[in-house]
Amino acid sequence: MDEILEILNGLGLDADFEHCTSLVDDGILASLDIVSIIAELSDVFDITIPARDIVPENFNSAEAMLNMVNRLLDE
Amino acid sequence: MLFTSYGFIAFLIILFALYYLIPKRFQWLLLLAANILFYACAGWQGLCFMAATVVVSWAATNLMGASLRAQREYLASPEGKALTREERRAYKKGRERARKRIFVLALLADIGILAALKYTNFIIFNVNSIFSAGINAVDWVLPLGISFYTFQTVSYVIDVYWEKVEPEKNILRVALFTSFFPLLIQGPISRFGDLKETLFAEHEADFKEISFGLQRMLWGYFKKLVIADRLLVAVTALCGDPAAYRGAYVFIGAVLYAAELYADFTGGIDITIGVAQVLGIRVKENFLRPYFSRNIAEYWRRWHISMGTWFKDYIFYPLSVAPWLLKLSKSARKSVSDNFGRKLSVYISTIVTWFLTGLWHGAAWNFVVWGLLNAFFILLAEEIKPWSQSFRARHERLVSGFGYRVFETLRTFLLMCSLRVLDCYRDVAVSFKAFASVFTTNNWGEAFSGTLLNLGLGAGDYIVAGAGIALMFAVSCVQEKCGSVRELIWRRPALPYALFGALAIIILVFGAYGVGYDSTQFIYNQF
Repeated sequence: MDEILEILNGLGLDADFEHCTSLVDDGILASLDIVSIIAELSDVFDITIPARDIVPENFNSAEAMLNMVNRLLDE
Repeated sequence: MLFTSYGFIAFLIILFALYYLIPKRFQWLLLLAANILFYACAGWQGLCFMAATVVVSWAATNLMGASLRAQREYLASPEGKALTREERRAYKKGRERARKRIFVLALLADIGILAALKYTNFIIFNVNSIFSAGINAVDWVLPLGISFYTFQTVSYVIDVYWEKVEPEKNILRVALFTSFFPLLIQGPISRFGDLKETLFAEHEADFKEISFGLQRMLWGYFKKLVIADRLLVAVTALCGDPAAYRGAYVFIGAVLYAAELYADFTGGIDITIGVAQVLGIRVKENFLRPYFSRNIAEYWRRWHISMGTWFKDYIFYPLSVAPWLLKLSKSARKSVSDNFGRKLSVYISTIVTWFLTGLWHGAAWNFVVWGLLNAFFILLAEEIKPWSQSFRARHERLVSGFGYRVFETLRTFLLMCSLRVLDCYRDVAVSFKAFASVFTTNNWGEAFSGTLLNLGLGAGDYIVAGAGIALMFAVSCVQEKCGSVRELIWRRPALPYALFGALAIIILVFGAYGVGYDSTQFIYNQF
């Protein structure tokens, strides 16, 4: 979790990744921000995030992103 | 069949009556028959193209569904469970490849029909311009609503491929989803997953739902007939003669066009959602008071929402995560700079998405330039974000005030008006020339010395249109603060009937009919 938070906070986005659980639903993360996050996660974890996984539920919180990354690493 | 024609009203009355009279299990079949009748009125050729789209989408989604089912069954069987992790992965990949082939073929067929019918002449025009080839333009009729129903079916095919929705086995239900007549004119571009529950369900006649639907339709007709069709006369005159109407007239024309387009498009959507609501079918909202937006990104989250989310979900995101683009981004981070590489995929995806958004609006360069300019301003806003965030932090009191909010809203409104000049004049060079004349020609005095009364509208028309816009604005303010106006007035027994009765009279008295007027097709229908 700490690693994900470090990556997300390093992107310089105006969002509270530690506490917020509705980052997309509340419009805190725009589509451009989501793509920046995807590029970073793909690079750091060497995973491919398919378009089908770009849904609000996977990006609403740092925990949801961590779960998605873990699932993709498992596949 | 125009939404504003008497034929359409008669069609609706008969449909609504039959819909609630027949056994409920046949309601969706009646709707399908109504769709075919509605569509056939626009020509049988269009019906053939739509049928082809339905058959392709139905066959492809069911083939993909069968392949996925077979995969799941095999992997759940003792034989499948005995596979090693690598063998399972290889098996799944093989199945996925087969589904991808079906998926690509379906997309090529669906989009191919749209592309061939809509863009062939655009390609011929450009080839002729560059190579002086002298190729004759083709005389193909563009089927009614093809841009809308194609996008709708493409979203269905993609969603099945992405395993977000189950494929529909009944081809008639796929046909109903593709052809649902209120959505054909100008959307909203609906998703199968959102619509299926309510579209195929059995509906009881619900007094409140039917009343709300009829009220919504009435509000739509008010916007279209009292405001949009009236302003259209002045806008057509102003934009039709760019040599004569320069400077102040371009500004006035752009502002009038903003009001006309909003009344026309949201009016049409009100009629669409109202018709669906009378039938008990829930269609997602397509507008959230876009002219209250404080920046261009917010504007596009509030205007034509279904189109924006379509391009975001099916073009922007898939392109952003395309392996080749992520690879390019990675190598740019190493060879140029971390910041540049990080932004590269976002920027390329944004530009391509807006290029296609422009092209979707029309097969002409003015739409392409309009799309690219939208991308430019969205990315510009992104680039100056650190500066604007620091400005906000330093001037917290100022930016949280009402005055600053008005400034941001006006700035966004004027920016969108400026970009829409390309839509008004439909020619890139003429549009830029006209826009420049706003700053180089000072003819404001002349414009307000009676010339505006020579554009086909009298003083009374401007007063009626102005009062209508003021009413739209007031309703929008109430909606922004308190939500649905109809819910607010519903609890007061006589108020809805008094208000909507008055609205019906206003439409009958002040609607743009008669000599000098022609109730026109909706602007977005031509896209």
